[in-house]
Order: sequence, then C-alpha cells, then structure tokens
Amino acid sequence: MNPDLLLAIPLLPLGAAIIAGLFGRVIGRVGAHSITILAVGASTVLSAVVFKQIAFDGVPAYDGTVYTWLVSDDMPMRIGFLVDRLTAMMALVVSFVSLCVHIYTIGYMHDDPGYQRFFSYISLFTFSMLMLVMSNNFLQLFFGWEAVGVVSYLLIGFWYTRPTAIFASLKAFLVNRVGDFGFVLGIAGIVYFTGSLDYADAFRAAPEITRQTLPVFGGVNAMTFICVGLFIGAMGKSAQMPLHVWLPDSMEGPTPISALIHAATMVTAGIFMVARMSPLFEQSETALEVVLVVGASTAFWMGLLGIVNNDIKRVIAYSTLSQLGYMAVALGASAYSVAIYHLMTHAFFKALLFLAAGSVIIALHHEQDMRRMGGLAKYMRVTAATCWVGALALIGTPGFAGFYSKDTLIEAVGESAHRHPGSWIHEYAYLAVLLGVFVTAFYTFRMIFMTFHGEERWRTAAAEGHGEDAHHGKGQAHEVHAPRESPWVVTLPLVLLAIPSAIIGFMTIGDLMAGWFGGSIVVAESHNVVAEVAKEFHGAGAAILYAPLHLPLYLAAAGVFSAWYLYLRNPALPAKLAEALAIPYRILVNKYYFDWFNENVLAALARGIGKALWKGGDGAVIDGVLVDGSARTVDVVAGLLRRMQTGYVYTYAFAMVLGLAVFLYLFVLR
Amino acid sequence: MITLPMVLTLSGILFAIAIAGIFVNRKNVILLLMCVELMLLAVNFNFIAFSRFLGDLAGQIFVFFILTVAASEAAIGLAILVVLFRERGTIHVEELDTMKG
Amino acid sequence: MFVEVLFWVFAAVLVIAALGVVVARNPVHSALWLVFAFFTSACIWLLLEAEFLAIVLVLVYVGAVMVLFLFVVMMLDIKIELARAQFVRYALVGALVAGIVLGEIYAVVKVRALGLPTFAAPVSHPANYSNTQELAKVLYTDYVFPFELAAVILLVAIVAAIVLTLRRREGIKVQDVGKQVAARAKDRLVMVKMDPEKKS
Repeated sequence: MNPDLLLAIPLLPLGAAIIAGLFGRVIGRVGAHSITILAVGASTVLSAVVFKQIAFDGVPAYDGTVYTWLVSDDMPMRIGFLVDRLTAMMALVVSFVSLCVHIYTIGYMHDDPGYQRFFSYISLFTFSMLMLVMSNNFLQLFFGWEAVGVVSYLLIGFWYTRPTAIFASLKAFLVNRVGDFGFVLGIAGIVYFTGSLDYADAFRAAPEITRQTLPVFGGVNAMTFICVGLFIGAMGKSAQMPLHVWLPDSMEGPTPISALIHAATMVTAGIFMVARMSPLFEQSETALEVVLVVGASTAFWMGLLGIVNNDIKRVIAYSTLSQLGYMAVALGASAYSVAIYHLMTHAFFKALLFLAAGSVIIALHHEQDMRRMGGLAKYMRVTAATCWVGALALIGTPGFAGFYSKDTLIEAVGESAHRHPGSWIHEYAYLAVLLGVFVTAFYTFRMIFMTFHGEERWRTAAAEGHGEDAHHGKGQAHEVHAPRESPWVVTLPLVLLAIPSAIIGFMTIGDLMAGWFGGSIVVAESHNVVAEVAKEFHGAGAAILYAPLHLPLYLAAAGVFSAWYLYLRNPALPAKLAEALAIPYRILVNKYYFDWFNENVLAALARGIGKALWKGGDGAVIDGVLVDGSARTVDVVAGLLRRMQTGYVYTYAFAMVLGLAVFLYLFVLR
Repeated sequence: MITLPMVLTLSGILFAIAIAGIFVNRKNVILLLMCVELMLLAVNFNFIAFSRFLGDLAGQIFVFFILTVAASEAAIGLAILVVLFRERGTIHVEELDTMKG
Repeated sequence: MFVEVLFWVFAAVLVIAALGVVVARNPVHSALWLVFAFFTSACIWLLLEAEFLAIVLVLVYVGAVMVLFLFVVMMLDIKIELARAQFVRYALVGALVAGIVLGEIYAVVKVRALGLPTFAAPVSHPANYSNTQELAKVLYTDYVFPFELAAVILLVAIVAAIVLTLRRREGIKVQDVGKQVAARAKDRLVMVKMDPEKKS
C-alpha cells in the first residue's frame, strides 16, 4: 500500500478546508464548494481504492510511521497510519457520507452568508475524522478526537448570533471535555505501563497489564482502569448516559452537520475507538460490563424520550442516542464486529433521515415543529420515499440494512446473556435492546406519520402566523402555498444514501458472518458470541424468511401499528394519554431532569466555587491581606514608629540610655 | 576603713540619679547639662577609687583629663544654650520640638 | 574607724545633694545643690588621698564651671516650674530605668569581680608624700602628649563659645584691623599737579 496515497486521504480535505477558509471571499461560493467537494470526492475515491485493496486484493494491513514529530524521554510522538479492514471501512463510510453532505449543503445553505466558512468547516471535519480513524497511535487518536470536538463546536455554533446556538456549542464542548478527562487517564495508564503511545505496543503488552493493579480507589485492576477511562472518553464523544446531554442541543446547528457529525461520523468515534481497542477491552470483564450497562441504559431510556418530543430533528437526535446505545451494548457483549457493522448501516440511514428532515425543514421555510407539518408526502415525493426507506431500515424491516445489523446485534446480546447465566447486567442489556425495538419503531413512525401523512396542519399553522423562525417577518400577509420538492442538490444525496440503506445489509451480512474484520478485531474465545450467532446464519435471503421466528419482528410491527393508531387513526388519543400518565409524561418531557441537574446543581456549584475563589480567595486574601494588607501594615507600623521622633531631647536621651542598658546586658553580663 | 565596693556603689547611685534626672526633667535644658556633670562626677569617683586601690596613678591622670573635657563641654553647651535662648525665647524643654517626626 | 564614719556621712550628704539637683524647682537652687555636691565629693576624694584632684575639683569645677552655670541661669528668663502633677509620672519611669542601670552596674561589680583579688587596704602614705608631686612626675613624662591635647581642647572650647555667641551690632564704630592693614596709598591720597603761583 502506498503511504503517499494514504497520506492524501486526510490531507486533501485539509488543504481544501484551508483554502476555502482563508480565501473564501476571494474564490467565491462556487469556488469554495467546488474545491472542497473535489477534495472530499478524491478522498472518497482513494478510500474506495484502499478498501478494495484490503478487502478484495488481499493486501496486508499497513502499520507505519509517516512523520516523527518529537521524541520525549525515549517516547516518540509520531504521525502514523494503521490501515486494516476496520480502518478502511470507517474511512470509506466517513468520506462517502461527507461527500453526500457536501453536495447537499450546496442546496441547504444556499442563502446563508457563511457559505464558504461552512464548507471549510465540514472539510476540516473530514480531515480530523480521517486522521482519527487512520491513526496508529494514541496521540494522533487524541488529536483527531479533540479536532473533531473543536470542529463540532464551531459547527454547532455556526449561527453564532443565536444565543441558543452558542449555549449548545459550549455545552457540547464542555461535556466532551468531561469525557476527555477519562480518556486522557486511560491513555496515561497505557503510557505508564508500556512507555509508548503506539497501538502495537499496547496490544502486545495487554495480557501483561491485566496482571497489574493500580493503587487508586483502593487497588483496581490496571486494565479495568484503563478501559473504563477510555470508555469514559467514548461516553463523552458518543453521547452515552449521563454525558448524552449535549447531543439534543447540538441540533441547533445546521441540518447537514447534524447528519454528518452527530449521526454518522463524529459520534461514532467512540464506538470505533472501543472496537479498535478490542485487544484491551477483552482483557477486562468489568470494563465490558460497564460498557454494557451504560449502553443498554442509553439505548432504552433515550429512545423513550423520542416519543414525547415534537421537534423533528430532536426526535432523530434521540434516535441517534438510542442507536449509539445499541452499538455500545454490542461492544459490551464483545460483539465488536456487529457494533461496527451497525455503525456502518446506521451511518447511512441516519444521515438519510437527517437530510430528509432538512429537506422538509427548508421546504417549510425552516419549520421544525412536527405539529405544524403533516400530509407532505403528496408534495415531496422523493423526500418522503427516501425517508420511508430510512425509517424502514431503522426499525429493522427484514431485507433492509438495519434488519441485518440490528437483529444480529440483538441475537449476539442474547447469546452473551446465555453465556453469563445469572448476570443481571446481561439480562438487563438484552431486555433493553429487545424492548428498544418497539420504542424505536414507535417513535420513528410517529415521526413519519406526523410529518408526511395525515392532516395538513401546516396550512392552519401558516394562516395563524409563522413558527419560531421569523423567516417572513411579522404582520405580513402571505399566501399559503404548498411546499415544493427540494432541488436536485438536496434530493440526490437522499437517493444516494437510500440505496445503501436498502441493500447494503443484504449484500454484506454474509461477509460479516464469515469474519470479515479478521485480525483488526480481537475477541477472546469465551466471549465470541458472533461466532455463535454465525453458526445460525444461513444466508441473507434465508435470514428474511427466518425473521418471523424471532421476537424483534413482532415488536417492530407492534410499534408501527401503535404509531399508526395514535397518530393517524385517532389523533386525539395522544393528548389524553399524556394527561392520564401525567407524571411519567412530565419526567420524559424534562428529559429525566439531567439538564436541570447539570444547570442548577453542577453548573451552579462550579459558578459558586468560582465566585468564592474570586471574592474570597482573590479579593479578600490576595488583594486584601497580601497586597493591601502589606501596604496597610507598613502604614500602621510607620505611624507607630513616627511617634518615637518626639523632638524632645530627653526622649532621645532616654532612648540612648535604654540602648546602653541593653548593650550592657548583652555584652557584659552574658 | 573604706572598701572598694563602698565607693563603687556610691558612684553607681550617683550615676543612676543623674540618669533619672535627665528624663524626669521637663523643665529646662540647664538641668540637663547639670545632670551630665553629675554623671561625669560619678565616673570620676570610679577612677579615683580604682587608682587608690590599685596604687596606680593613671586613674588620677585620667580624672584630670576628664575634668578638662567636662569643663570645655560645659562651656560650649552653655554657649549653645544662650544662642538657643536668643532664637527661641525659651529654654523650656517641651517647647523645643521642631525635630518632631 | 573614724574615716569610715566620715565617709558614710559624706556619702549620705552627696546623695541628698544629687537628689536635690534633680528635684529642685528653682533652677538656681538646682545649681547650688550641685555646688554642694561637688564640695562633698571633694571631701570624699580627700579621704581617698587624691588631694590634688580634690582641690582642682573645687577650684575648676565649682569655681569656674558652676559659676558659669549660675551666670547663664540668672541671665536667661527661666520660669519656675509650678505644675507638679506630671513630674510624678515621669519620675516613676525615670526611677525604673535608673534602677535598671544601677542594678546592672552592681551586677558587673559583684558578679564579674573583675578578676581582681579582694583588695587589701591600701597603705596610707607617709606625711611627706606629695600627691601633687607624684602626679606631676607621671603627667609630664608619660602623658605629656595628652596634656598638650587637653590644652588644645580648651582652646577649641574658647573659640567655639565665642563664635557661637558673638553678635555684631549694627552701626557701632569698631576698628577693623584687617581693613586698616589692607589700606593702600592710592585709596587715600590723590596727587594733583598744580603750579606754584597763580598766573596773572
């Protein structure tokens, strides 16, 4: 494999980002989008070439250094690439979805004054994410990690004049930082035991590290500590509970980035990282259990929140949270390959859903509230059709991509519960992913029905006046015109993404079952649930026929039926149900009070400490005592000393005699 | 007969009285000078005593010189006092505080 | 025995006189008390067989210095101190410090003992012993240089006293010798050329 080719993959988007960013005004809008699309397109093609080489041509994995940045205390810090099947797949997914989003953005951000800046940012993001997935050492991984965090901050706060956007971008960055703290501790643990930042050294030393303990928290197994630390980083980046609070707020950013960053790529970085570190995680049962619990909780409880939300983007955001939880559960069950497989399929159909939502939003002039939508299928056929494909894929309809990845996932978790009899954690996880199927189907089709079918509530909403976005200004009389299908630059990516959402599962499940990832993912024999599931696998077509034998199909169907009933057949019912189940409803609407807790307890605590240190520490102690205090002391002492100069001779004589007496004592009598 | 400690004690008492006199005195500067003369007298006593008991005349020679110096010092001191009185119009110690800090 | 009693008497009188100097309200009284103190100490010095110095004390100190003091005291307009209240307060502090100094001196004498053996009573000199002659023998041989210096000090004192107090009054006619000597003929005399007789 040619190292220059590998180098080009991340560097081309970087170059385009720099040009579009610094010279955006010079090269104009067309210039900005052309150069970035060209660069990302080239990256996609090159990633496909690499993928072909690795997957089909049998080229061995590449692990090499490109550039040694510095050497500190015998520990070299390098830029290097590790390209095996896992990397190649991730790189291809990232660059392809990025390309689709770039094209989509031409239409979506058409009127926006920050056009070139946006393209620069999303190209920059592509560069960062590629550096992350192609890395062969922890330092570069961390660099990519932080870089995607920074670009995410820049993009969420893209419309920086909106206070909600700024709040959301800061929230995302800070919550990520909390995760990064654990991440750095994990990396530090690796460095402590191996003295090196390379993956190869860490993987080689893994069994050795497991035998050690760290003298913290009363003596904890070293590998558990490291893995939990790394997973905390993943919790921040991949929005697992309780560090999930930033993802719904990140919907303040433009829809293309919701699709790119917060569905397909950045949030999957955590999942990718854990899969990449499979040699480490396999050594620690405790860490895997932690991953399992956190993932299962996220999968189920976040899904429930999608049921009560009325913002179309936020529903999809909660869906993303839930699906990330699914991926984490798979990781915890040692089914790394299935997690990554689900990551890939999810990237396609979730990006599709987001972009479709964006298409609806701009068609309705930036209206995001589903209560003001409805019946759009008639007017936006392509959007509706592709959105249906994405929804079907998401709920796991047999034959679509999501079916293969999700069902395999659920079976793998079930197998893992089977292997750990009596373990409440595994039971909980299995139950969570199973019930989550119902919840997923319910909120997904709630969204579909409320948006594309049923009563055309946008007519009445438009007549009353507009939604939150003062797009048309106030008090202006305007005609109620039917929404039109979005331009081809918007619908083309939808189609491009709908195709894999439909067929990629069917095409690739066989390879997955045959152990496609090979050496890039390491699973201990006792944990290898995927192999067990693979034994039951008799081909993609057969799997569809076997679907009625498994529970998920019925749960999904029940979910779709419930959504149909509540939102098309009997639309008055949801309100009555909300009244009847007032307390659970209120808990869900308040998002389990996580935000309330963060803002009123943690943030208030931090602000309180800050203020105390400022007023008390800085003001009173340093200023008052040290600075002003020393000055005042000098003043007081000087005032006292001044009184010795009375001007009277006898006082001076007295002082002399006193001094004489003292000297007499000191020199003569001692 | 007279012993050395007796004389030394006497001179010590004299010296102490003179010192007390210096800062008890708030009245006038002349009293200050007189207390200085008393102190010198006490010191002279010491010298005479030791000269007698050690049989060494050097003590008495020294007294001779002390006397000389004391006289000249008293003269100059009084001259200063006279000039001070001309300028200030008073020799009351408590009114001489232009050097007050 | 008799000598000792005499010494005690004189000592007591001396202490009283010293106290009198400090305590007296009228400065003239203070000066007179001081004179008394000097007389008494001269007597004690006689007992200690320092005759010359005793007489010198009376002649020089009392005769010259104290007279000078009295001149000044009577020349200056000194107010008699009437208020007594403050005196007591200062007296305590003064007494305290004096007591400390006294205590220290005593400690030096007693504790250190100066490495000297206990003094035997010195032998009284025979009747033809001249203290003055003995002093002179030492003074003009071993200490002649300090003697000359002492003379210079006295000169300095005289000059200083005169310089400090000399006033020049305006408008008096005084001889300025310096100016007289510096006078030159041409400042005083003008030569005029004249014919011996008037031209008719």
